[in-house]
Amino acid sequence: MDLLRFITAGSVDDGKSTLIGRLLYDTGSIKVDQLQAIKKQSKNKGEGEIDLALFTDGLRAEREQGITIDVAYKYFSTGKRKFIIADAPGHIQYTRNMVTGASNSELIIILVDARNGVAEQTRRHTIIASLLKIPHVVVAVNKMDMVNYSETVFTGIVADYSLMARQLGLGEVTFIPLNSLDGDNIVTASAKMPWYTGVTLLDFLENVNVVEDINFTEPRFPVQYVIRPQSEDLHDYRGYAGKIISGTYKKGDRVVVLPDELYSEIDVIEINGEEVAEAFAPQSAVLRLKDDIDIARGDVIVTHDKQPVTTREFETTLCWMGSKPLAEGNKYLLQLHSRVVRCVIKEILYKLDVNTLEKQTNISSIGLNDIARVLVKTADPVVFDNYSELRVNGGAILIDETAYTTVAGCMLG
Amino acid sequence: MVPFKLDYLDLLESESIHIMREVAGQFERPALLFSGGKDSITLVQLALKAFKPGKIPFPLVHIDTGHNFPEALAYRDRLVAETGAKLIVRYVEDTIKARGLKEPVGKFASRNALQAYTLLDTIEEFGFDACIGGARRDEEKARAKERIFSVRDEFGQWDPKKQRPELWNLYNGKIHKGENVRVFPISNWVEIDVWNYIKREGIDLPEIYFSHDREVLVHNEHLVAVSPFIRIDDGDVIVTKRVRYRTVGDMTCTAAVESTATTIDDIVAEINLTSISERGETRIDDQVSEAAMEDRKKNGYF
Repeated sequence: MDLLRFITAGSVDDGKSTLIGRLLYDTGSIKVDQLQAIKKQSKNKGEGEIDLALFTDGLRAEREQGITIDVAYKYFSTGKRKFIIADAPGHIQYTRNMVTGASNSELIIILVDARNGVAEQTRRHTIIASLLKIPHVVVAVNKMDMVNYSETVFTGIVADYSLMARQLGLGEVTFIPLNSLDGDNIVTASAKMPWYTGVTLLDFLENVNVVEDINFTEPRFPVQYVIRPQSEDLHDYRGYAGKIISGTYKKGDRVVVLPDELYSEIDVIEINGEEVAEAFAPQSAVLRLKDDIDIARGDVIVTHDKQPVTTREFETTLCWMGSKPLAEGNKYLLQLHSRVVRCVIKEILYKLDVNTLEKQTNISSIGLNDIARVLVKTADPVVFDNYSELRVNGGAILIDETAYTTVAGCMLG
Repeated sequence: MVPFKLDYLDLLESESIHIMREVAGQFERPALLFSGGKDSITLVQLALKAFKPGKIPFPLVHIDTGHNFPEALAYRDRLVAETGAKLIVRYVEDTIKARGLKEPVGKFASRNALQAYTLLDTIEEFGFDACIGGARRDEEKARAKERIFSVRDEFGQWDPKKQRPELWNLYNGKIHKGENVRVFPISNWVEIDVWNYIKREGIDLPEIYFSHDREVLVHNEHLVAVSPFIRIDDGDVIVTKRVRYRTVGDMTCTAAVESTATTIDDIVAEINLTSISERGETRIDDQVSEAAMEDRKKNGYF
C-alpha cells in the first residue's frame, strides 16, 4: 500500500464537493454517525435526501456562507492506496489556496462542467497546474447527465482541452466523463455511457504510477538539525538529521556541503537509529561524515557529480499571498527547506494573467493572488534546483520580515 | 523498475519525523503535549526515532485534569522512566483554585475546556514557543483545515482566517514574543494508520485500550466508566460490560466501546470493521453543537 496526494480544482457549481463526497462515500470512508449528522444538516438546509457536498464543509463561517475559504484535507483509502485530498476553492480570489493545495499534490483533478466545456476557470486551473508542475492531470467532465450522456459533447471537450494543454506544454492528460451526483464512472463504471471504455476515476487514482515521480538521481539532503548526544558513550557523535528530498545516498559517497563547498565522504547512514548501507528519497535519515567539518541547519549535503545551483541572484515565478502588495525594493525572508535568508525584490519582470497567460510588463506592484515573475537578490547564497527540473528543491516561500506571515510561494529558476 | 518503494506507513513516519526535526531546529523552547492517549504515545515514539541516538530534545508536558484513568498515569510514568524523557505535569485543579475558575456542573461535567487555561499558564511559565500535539485532521471538521504549524496568539487563539499558507513541506515557524505555535506532526494520519503503526512497531499501550470488564453507565448509547468524577442519578442504568477504549481522554468525557479484543491485531481488525467514527463513538464532549470544536480551538484549546 502506498500514498497519493491529489488536489481537486473546480467550484461548488462544478460539483467538486459532491465529487469528493462521492469518493469518500463510495469507498466506505464515511461512518454511520457522520452520515447521520449530514442527513440532519441536509434537512436543516431544506435540501433533498442527502447532500454529499456537506462532507467537505468545514468551518461555521463557510457553512453559513455556503463557500469554501480554505484548503481542507480529506482522507480515504482502498486496499491499494491511502489518499490525501487537498480540497481547495476554485474561484480566482482563492488562487493562493489553490497554489497551496497544488504544491503538495502529485495529481490534479480539474473539474469541467459538461454544459460549459472548457471555461475561463478551466484555463486558469490548468495554468496553475502547469506552473506548479503537478505530474498527473485528470480532466473530470462532470454533470454528463445534463447533456444526456452525450459522447459528442465529451469528445468536443477533450479536443478543446487537448489543444489548450498543448499550448501550455502540459504533459499527459486523462479525460473521464462523470456524473458525481449519481456516481457514474467514479467508483463503478457507468451503464449510461457504454461508449466510454476507459477507466473509472478511482481506478485511475489507484493505479497511476507515483514512484516514478520521485527523483532518484539528484541527491539532496537539507540539514535540519545536528544530533550531538554529548553523553559518555557517544562523546564524539555528530549526526546530521534531515530528510532525503531526492536521490539516494550510499556509505562511501563523496559529498559536498553547500553553500560553503566543504568536501567529505559519507561514513555512516542511519535510519531510525539503525545503520543502513543505502538510503533514498523521501526517507528521513541521519548522515555522519568522515571529516569533522562545520555543518549547521540550513546547509545542504549533495553528491559530487550532481550539484544544484548556489547563487545570490536569481529569477523566480511567484504567487503572491500577502494582503500588502509586493513592490520593487521590498525586503523579505526567503525560506527553502531549513535555510532562511534575507532577500530583496530587485525587479518585477512581469505579471502573468492567469486566465490568458498574457505577460503584463511595466507593473509596479503585485497584489494578492497575482502570479508574477521577479528578480531576487539574497543576502546569503541559496542552494536550489530549477523548479521545473527538480520540484522538491525549487519551491520556496517568502516571509514578511516583521509580521512573519507567509506572503508568497516561489517556483525558483 | 521500482527499486526504492516505501510503504505508506514509512512515508507517514518520515513526514512526521521531518516535522519533529523542524520543531527542534526552529524553536528555542518546544514541548510535547502528552495525554496518555495513543496519538500522543505515537508522537513520543516518533520523537524518539527522530533524534536517535540522542534523547528527545524537549520535555513532555502533561496537563492533568485530575480525571485521568489511573492506567494512563501509570503508563506515563513508566514511559518517562524507560525513555529518560523529561516530564512536566501541571494540574487543572491548581488553576481552578488560583484563578477562581468555575467548574462546569452537570452529569458529565468535564474539565476538558478548562484545560486550555492550565495549558496557557504552563506555556507562559516555561516560555514554550512550540507545543507539539497529536491532533489528526480526520478527527473533526475544524481540524481538517488546521495547518501542521498552527500559529496561536498570546491568548492561544486559533484564527482560521489568519492561517499561514503551508506550501510544499516548508513550515514557517517565525513568531512574535508571546505567540506560540501548535505543531501537529501526525496531521495526515487517520485513526487506522495510528493503529497499524502501533501494531507494526510493537508499541506498548495502556491496558485500558484492550478488552476488560468494567462497570459502566449507559447514556445515549455511550458507555461511560463509573468513577468518582461522574454523577450517578436514580434510574441510571449501570452494568458490567466487556469493553476497551478506542481513545483515552478524561474519565468524564470518554466513552468505552464493547469489545473482546485482547491483542493489537484484534483491535486493528475491529477498527477496520467498525461503522462508527472515532469521535462519534467515544467523545461525549463533541456532541453539543456542530461547531463545538471550532469554538474551543478559538479559545486556546489544543
